[in-house]
Amino acid sequence: MSDVITTDAVIIGAGPCGLFSVFELGLLDIKCHVIDILDRPGGQCAELYPEKPIYDIPALVSVSGAELTTRLMEQAKPFHPQFHFNQMVTALEKRGENDFYLTTDGGLQFNCKVVVIAAGGGSFQPKKPPIPGIDAYEGQSVFYSVKKMEALRGRDVLIVGGGDSALDWTNNLQPLAKSLTLIHRRDEFRAAPDSVNKMRELVAAGHMQLKIGQVTGLKGEAGVLSGATVKGADGSIIDVACNALLPFFGLTMKLGPVANWGLNLNENLVAVDTAKFETSVPGIFAIGDINTYPGKLKLILSGFHEAALMAQQAFRYINPGERLVFQYTTSSTNLQKKLGVE
Amino acid sequence: MPKIIFIQADGKEIEASGVAGMTVMETALKFQVPGIDADCGGACACATCHVYVEPEWRDKVGARNPMEEDMLDFAFDVRDNSRLSCQIKVSDALDGLRVKVPAKQF
Repeated sequence: MSDVITTDAVIIGAGPCGLFSVFELGLLDIKCHVIDILDRPGGQCAELYPEKPIYDIPALVSVSGAELTTRLMEQAKPFHPQFHFNQMVTALEKRGENDFYLTTDGGLQFNCKVVVIAAGGGSFQPKKPPIPGIDAYEGQSVFYSVKKMEALRGRDVLIVGGGDSALDWTNNLQPLAKSLTLIHRRDEFRAAPDSVNKMRELVAAGHMQLKIGQVTGLKGEAGVLSGATVKGADGSIIDVACNALLPFFGLTMKLGPVANWGLNLNENLVAVDTAKFETSVPGIFAIGDINTYPGKLKLILSGFHEAALMAQQAFRYINPGERLVFQYTTSSTNLQKKLGVE
Repeated sequence: MPKIIFIQADGKEIEASGVAGMTVMETALKFQVPGIDADCGGACACATCHVYVEPEWRDKVGARNPMEEDMLDFAFDVRDNSRLSCQIKVSDALDGLRVKVPAKQF
């Protein structure tokens, strides 16, 4: 475990609402650390629709998910947020008034005064294909991500999928696997052309196999896989021997650990009030798609509003007894100094 | 209003009245059809609104578009009649359309 990181606010989620929280909190001198399960900022804007236009951001007639993320990062920059990517917050504990302790699956620890949950649809997690009985093999023979390549050395590896993850792992694992088979539903791949070419060379050289079809069943005993049943595109049914299966079907959103933090939930969303966007635990806020209240709309613009009001209450917790003077960025020299535009 | 019939994995049928121009996915959400998750809200970016178009409707519904074909790589048990319901627009010509919903999207 690393040293505990101490800060004012921890923001869970680096999507648009998390990023704009950095700005709103920053104007009130609140320092932030931002944690996200993805490897980059943007949340759904980065993962689901980076190139697709959004038409309902006020004053931006049309903006792509990627462009919106870039702009929000630029806007947050004067406040020097610290980002922690590829990390999922697994535990959140209230130790006292304005005293929270968080841990991530990567072993990071945080101590902070307020927590902002801006986790959108929850954590992005690998999709688990509904192959009958697959659960029994998870962890021993079925892996949805590769944490240690060594664990697959000398094994008969079956990779399923046609995107970048499937192709990258095919090329990376082929040298150390005993045998490797890639299965995809069609002979076309949406992965980077370079990785596709490399895979085709490995197939041509006889170092691995490529089969066009879909996995329909698994064979094995006591959690150890011995083979997979594959239905070919031509309708033929074949068995592929394997003792490790890596399905890559993209990511889906799951509420994840948030459900275990003792917060009042309403249909898998975090219930908040509409003045402070605070959860049932004082000091823990929830903004954006993950919260619910009467009249809630899952719009980015609503999340921005929620961030601004949340920041006011966060200030009161962090600076008890201090009067908060409302200021405009247009006219306040103080705010302009913070933004570095004065 | 064109009717869309969603056939559940257990054979139960849900009849939903669509509006021309809306998508089949949006119609499913409006009628709370179980099994249409539509994580991404219709951006053709998640493959969680996968349906099987009943044989007699396949010609009328038409072929997949290239983006949808790519996205179907992320669906499970893709068949010849697989479509993403966010890419099918409801129209009077599709009045009575029958689609099967997979037992589980993911």
